[in-house]
Amino acid sequence: MQVAQSKAIPREPTRPLGVARPRWGERAIVAVLFLCGLLSVATTIAIVLSLLQPVLDFFAEVSPGEFFGSRDWAPLFNPPSFGVLPLLVGTLVTTFWALVICIPFGLGAAIYLSEYASDRVRRRVKPILEVLAGIPTVVYGFFALTFVSPLLQDVWFFSDRKPDLFNALAAGLVMGVMILPTVASLSEDAMSAVPQGLRAGAFALGSTKLQVSTRVVVPAAISGIVASFVLAISRGVGETMIVLIAAGNNPNFTFDPTQPVQTMTAFIGATGIGDVPQGSIGYKTIFAVGATLFAITLFINVVAIRLVRRFREVYE
Amino acid sequence: MSTTSASRYAITKDAAGKERAGDRLKARVFQALLFFSLALGIITLAVLLIQVLMEGWPRLNMDLLTNFPSRRPANAGAQSAIFGTLWLMGIVIATSLPLGFGAAIYLEEYADPKRWYNRLIELNIQNLAAVPSIVYGILGLAFLARGPFGLGRTLLAGGLTLTLLVLPIVIIAGREAIRAVPNSIRQASFALGATKWQTVSRQVLPAAIPGMATGAILGLSRAIGETAPLILLGALTFVTFNPDGLTSQFTALPIQIFNWISRPQAEFKVLAAAAIVVLLVVLLAMNSVAIWLRNRYYNRPW
Repeated sequence: MQVAQSKAIPREPTRPLGVARPRWGERAIVAVLFLCGLLSVATTIAIVLSLLQPVLDFFAEVSPGEFFGSRDWAPLFNPPSFGVLPLLVGTLVTTFWALVICIPFGLGAAIYLSEYASDRVRRRVKPILEVLAGIPTVVYGFFALTFVSPLLQDVWFFSDRKPDLFNALAAGLVMGVMILPTVASLSEDAMSAVPQGLRAGAFALGSTKLQVSTRVVVPAAISGIVASFVLAISRGVGETMIVLIAAGNNPNFTFDPTQPVQTMTAFIGATGIGDVPQGSIGYKTIFAVGATLFAITLFINVVAIRLVRRFREVYE
Repeated sequence: MSTTSASRYAITKDAAGKERAGDRLKARVFQALLFFSLALGIITLAVLLIQVLMEGWPRLNMDLLTNFPSRRPANAGAQSAIFGTLWLMGIVIATSLPLGFGAAIYLEEYADPKRWYNRLIELNIQNLAAVPSIVYGILGLAFLARGPFGLGRTLLAGGLTLTLLVLPIVIIAGREAIRAVPNSIRQASFALGATKWQTVSRQVLPAAIPGMATGAILGLSRAIGETAPLILLGALTFVTFNPDGLTSQFTALPIQIFNWISRPQAEFKVLAAAAIVVLLVVLLAMNSVAIWLRNRYYNRPW
């Protein structure tokens, strides 16, 4: 380093000029900090390793054809049945209803915050959204079960049969509200990054605010917005407590949201409550379903990260 | 803003100067829909808070804080759960802050982003931030409670699992705080002959502390409310003693809430609501501190 060099010149001509005294303390600090960073890689490796062996054990007993093909999920029954499809469908249904809430309303809130709201409103509202995002999911689960689900039963007019107290719809809708702040804040970030010149240009051509918002700002920010949607899917697929509490824990191959269902996460949670003996088939199913869940969310996350990166390249 | 007046002009007049009522109506409806989108979240939050408060009101008393869990709802309290949560917080603070901020310093101050291993670390952190919390529970079960570490169903296993869970949040927040420190401060420090670490530890970190504190609080509040991974770790839900060390068995507030929710008797639902109020009060207090810190230091002159 240049600093050490200038100090060394007058008194110690023993070392060739231009070579700094090695600073071992500094190097040790960098090494320690690097290890902190490396811990994240170690975590991922540990996740994969901890899933791998039990999954291999599981598929030694259950054929992949049955796991991904059968419509029956009853791992603890006799005879057992290991079709993961009902859990996948349960995840699909609850996530779908979450998206029905969080995508339109999250995007709407983002457009309002980015294009319409005054600075004062923005400063007041954003902390509220953060509080909403910070509410523990067990609380949302309680809310879904004791408020939203009875409310749905009271106001149900779509069919004669009222929804069960435990149903996919209530869990999904509440999950949507839980994810809404994520969509709103990520989409708003993307829209704020759209250069002011684009808006000014559109206004100069006589566009209304509505036209500028929907035909200039949203298209320009689209990859960031889509990334927020993709991340919302990942959150919905991975959410555990709301569905564990409110969706009914009934591995049911149905797309009817008024029925109780069980998601992949809820199965893992429900099976993990008891003390599952290591090596038992119940223990292995946790890992088989967990690995499926991890693979799905990993795929979704990589798509989202790529989209965010593309959107960053455009405006930075 | 200049754009506002321009748009108002464009809405009311077309080229011929005539009012276009249809357009104006459309604009009004659109804006109303946007406003409703924003309001939906806020209304839900308000309804949720009111509902929980009303439901839990009969049991919001000192018994809730001082009694231990019981099979009889009238006597049940959450003392052991509250102490379990406090212990977990201690473990998470002691481990996630040094590790998370260490990684943040490395990535912002030292790492060369062109190196593949640094890019790998970064990609990893982004992905880990979005891994479902229950997967961390599986990791904790297989790696910490059993397997290589074999810690059993102890506070330490629970706390370390939560640490892994919140690390990405702490790292990302720490990086943002460090990035916000202007480069001129670093250059001034170098110009005075400081080494890299002297610059980082005595100039950059003190300047980044409010932002890092905000990130730490956010990570911690995530850890307080997290339930799913602890369920998998078998955090016992019927613990009638306070933890007395890192290897003690434990329960935590969200676990206790979940346990009460899943009981059939209505009295336990009331207890659950009351415990939720306690949890939310703690979280809202932490959130307010985080927001206050951020607003206070957001626009400071460097």
